[in-house]
Amino acid sequence: MSGLKSESNFEKLLAANQFVVTGELGPPKSADSTVIREKAGYLKGRVDAVNITDNQTAIVRMSSIAAGTIALQEGVEPVIQITCRDRNRIAIQSDVLGAYAIGLRNILCLTGDHQTFGNHPTSKNVYDMDSIQLVRMLKDMRDEKRFACGDEIRNGKNAPIVEPRIFIGAAANPFADPFEFRVIRLAKKIAAGADFIQTQCVYDMARFKEWMKQARNKGLHEKVKILAGVTPFKSVGMAKYMRDKVAGISVPDYYIERLSAAEDKAAEGINICVEQIKELREIEGVAGVHLMAIEWERRVPEIVERAGLLPRPSVK
Amino acid sequence: MIVAERKPFDEILSMIGNARKVLILGCGSCVTVCMAGGEKETQLLASTIRLSDKKQNITRELRCATIERQCDKEFFAAVANDVKWADIIVSMACGVGVQFCGEVFTDKEVVPALNTKFYGATVEQGVWSERCVGCGDCVLFKFGGICPIARCSKSLLNGPCGGSQNGMCEVDPENIQCGWQLIYDRMAAIGRLDLLEQNQPLKNWSTGRDGGPRRVVKEDATL
Ligand code: SF4
Ligand code: SF4
Repeated sequence: MSGLKSESNFEKLLAANQFVVTGELGPPKSADSTVIREKAGYLKGRVDAVNITDNQTAIVRMSSIAAGTIALQEGVEPVIQITCRDRNRIAIQSDVLGAYAIGLRNILCLTGDHQTFGNHPTSKNVYDMDSIQLVRMLKDMRDEKRFACGDEIRNGKNAPIVEPRIFIGAAANPFADPFEFRVIRLAKKIAAGADFIQTQCVYDMARFKEWMKQARNKGLHEKVKILAGVTPFKSVGMAKYMRDKVAGISVPDYYIERLSAAEDKAAEGINICVEQIKELREIEGVAGVHLMAIEWERRVPEIVERAGLLPRPSVK
Repeated sequence: MIVAERKPFDEILSMIGNARKVLILGCGSCVTVCMAGGEKETQLLASTIRLSDKKQNITRELRCATIERQCDKEFFAAVANDVKWADIIVSMACGVGVQFCGEVFTDKEVVPALNTKFYGATVEQGVWSERCVGCGDCVLFKFGGICPIARCSKSLLNGPCGGSQNGMCEVDPENIQCGWQLIYDRMAAIGRLDLLEQNQPLKNWSTGRDGGPRRVVKEDATL
């Protein structure tokens, strides 16, 4: 296949117009790699790539590049998440060079949760750049073969240019405010150079469809691959927590009612998730789903199977 | 103006320690306006110290004075005698004033009675809020006059993060307005949403604190 930007299998599948599935793997809060290998085992062969979170909710975990490398050894293709909270342009570019050299091919650029949410609320944040500027910086590294300062990516005057050829992603949250700005922000991410987009988990289908319509009206779905986010509810408590406590997520009450009425809450949560995936698949411009089964990776095989997404296609 | 607030009493007391002649030095500018370190507040602090000293059977002499500004050397002359008398100066100025006080009276211990917070304004009686962080390269013209660096918790330059909800910021949805919602509303009101569609490149932070301590020299004003 020609015209590819990286050597990412994930990119190849999207380029071949396959309906892709990505998963999510949260690195451990310790130096224990067995957790990563175990989670990777549930995801391997069931999803096309796996996001490795970067100290999500500002709680210290193993670095996304290290955990991603272990996941890669286990046979899953990682999407390394990088937030703007903890590193400046020097550290991020350095990490991107390292990530590429190790064999990591996909990076998702995020703003990052504020440190007040996590377990080190007294720390200093960085925010040298925002996620859109981060996308641009990675694109310039890949396509212009230059660092943010303008220097060429080479070890010396006569050394070869070896740039990190990364498949670049960004997030989108159709449920945050101001709603009218959300598609503008998507357009800015695309203009900055995003190749793919993963959205916040979709529960409010009506609002998501409206957002997709706005995106289609601007032709954005043809410029970028949009993966809709889904997260299965494990319990009524979790659904309520997502509704009340998580900024930028909207959970309609009828899901809470449906879960409350169900005998087996977890099974009903998975039923809902499977239905959501099927519904999302029908929406024009949705190129795949991003399945964030938070600390529930072991149920991923069942979800993708029941959503009719197995077997996963292989890359030519 | 510079907005500050008084430190907890116990902290001030512990900084004073065993000093027996204490000069409480107020400032007549910003911190008077934000009711943290003006003449009234020097009196209030003095009576609180007296009360506490009485309870603890401590004999201590206190003097209060307030000068027009502690960030200008010329105003300190008015309190030179009080300073000579004192063992310690408790400056109720902002951090600038405290340091300047020490630069003028080099042989005296000067301690801060305030926590200096930010450059801000009075938004309602008794409430002050931050507006600027002195980034050294003002970009307000791109954002309808609302500063994304000072008023967005993450200093984002390309729009709101995913945590903006109902006009409030994810960092504290009860108390912090989302700076980006404010920018969006203002741009919509003045018909300049088009400006927000432009991608803002990486900011040069070297004009701010990141470039090291700063200095401004105005050639035609120097001697
Ligand atoms: S852009 Fe810089 S100088 Fe202007 S208000 Fe914001 S922080 Fe202050
Ligand atoms: S919610 Fe608004 S103010 Fe808070 S970090 Fe996000 S964009 Fe900035």
